[in-house]
Amino acid sequence: MTAVKVLRYELRDLRRSRWLLGYVLLLLALTDALLRFGGGGPRAVLSLMNVVLVFVPLVSVVFGTMYLYGARDFIELLLAQPVGRGSLFAGLYGGLAAPLAIGFLLGVGLPFLWSGQGDGSLAGALAMLLATGVLLTLVFTALAFLVSLLFEDRAKGLGAAILVWLAATVLYDAVIVLVATAFTDYPLELPMLGLIVLNPVDLGRVLLLLQFDTAALMGYTGAVFERFFGTLVGLAVATGALALWCAGPLGLARARFRGKDF
Amino acid sequence: MTSPALVPAPAPLALPRMVVASAGLTKRFGRLEVLRGVDFAVRAGRVTAILGPNGAGKSTLIKILLGLVRPDGGSIAMHGTDVGEDPAYRARIGYMPQQARFPENLTGREVVRLLRDLRDDAVPEDDDLFEGFGLARELDKPVRALSGGTRQKLNAAVAFMFRPSLLILDEPTAGLDPIASGVLKARILRARAEGVSVLLSSHVLSELEELVDDVIFLVEGQVEFQGSLRRLKETTGETRLERAIARLMQRGTR
Repeated sequence: MTAVKVLRYELRDLRRSRWLLGYVLLLLALTDALLRFGGGGPRAVLSLMNVVLVFVPLVSVVFGTMYLYGARDFIELLLAQPVGRGSLFAGLYGGLAAPLAIGFLLGVGLPFLWSGQGDGSLAGALAMLLATGVLLTLVFTALAFLVSLLFEDRAKGLGAAILVWLAATVLYDAVIVLVATAFTDYPLELPMLGLIVLNPVDLGRVLLLLQFDTAALMGYTGAVFERFFGTLVGLAVATGALALWCAGPLGLARARFRGKDF
Repeated sequence: MTSPALVPAPAPLALPRMVVASAGLTKRFGRLEVLRGVDFAVRAGRVTAILGPNGAGKSTLIKILLGLVRPDGGSIAMHGTDVGEDPAYRARIGYMPQQARFPENLTGREVVRLLRDLRDDAVPEDDDLFEGFGLARELDKPVRALSGGTRQKLNAAVAFMFRPSLLILDEPTAGLDPIASGVLKARILRARAEGVSVLLSSHVLSELEELVDDVIFLVEGQVEFQGSLRRLKETTGETRLERAIARLMQRGTR
């Protein structure tokens, strides 16, 4: 079980990483502050939505890319051991995605636990918030692998990672708004659906909006999604598309890792 | 760590004469032809140096041996069997990269344990070099707290740890102080005496003189010379490795 062995050691390495610790502490402080001073649970969850949709992808893709460039030499040493590339890749991915996901769960989940606001009516929304954050972590860690394998040069790779994040969070929304305003006279539902599915961050937003029952109030994308699919099917479609968003880049990265000359 | 004292050295006679041999290795990166049909062999129980000017293909050759780079053509056989895609052959190779960067937050001991875990065969480790370098006290510190020299010592010790039949050492003495460098050289010679084959590359030719039995000289992706150090000196009419290599390079450019 090469993958498990590599994963365990990478986990141990990252558990002691100051960057990861900083990430968790920041999430803890932010969530705690929102719960204390932000007007209570429901509003805190709404504010955290943006943290999940913007901050989690940023940290996952940038930290992931940086970590992988730093680990280049060690990965070469591991490749020179009697291990297969496929299982080594699986271990490396798990060992990077797991601590980031666990760190996110702790950073956002713990304040809800100790403030006692995570149960009752909020439990569903909180669960969806945590699940979406974990899914986005998995997606953007996979993208970090792809980026670091496509660019030999560390500076270019880091630039590409930031570009991926910018494209998914800021640029893509701008495009959607542009399309929506430019073609207001046309029926846009189906093209919009297509555009949403093509962006993991939008998918995450749809998941959260559907769960919060504020889909119609909270912007165009959620409303379209709910009207077209209904809540339950919408959730399933969005989750499935996010899973594909994880599997696709990961599959590409794995193929690249297996065939690459180091 | 366990004492290696009771483990017998591998018997040299049990090994085939060639530990590793390649036939017709070719590799190109984009438009650059790095290797153009390299045939070479590392003889059992000898120290072989890969030499050649920058860009001759030395590190590509080493990386192909380790499976880090896939050749476009040609094949590699270890102990007489083609290695193909199966990673198992690497269990018998000890590799010391030019520069080791271990995970910053792990201790040396954890790195060692990981590398041991990745091997299924329960060979008792050889912790000779850990003692020789006085690494015991450093092993419990996180890697980020170790000096560059100490990391390099750890790097060397790890290569010898699993009693390989082939050692691949890339610029082994770079970054080591003279004392540590002496310890490593003595260890290389002892490995040879135990029947281990050593393949190394180095830029410090004067240093190789005392270690090397065979020389593989690469120029522009081709083997320009392959044979014993004695034969190299005879054919070039020089008595020192450095001069002999200079002769070969002149011949190569002509």
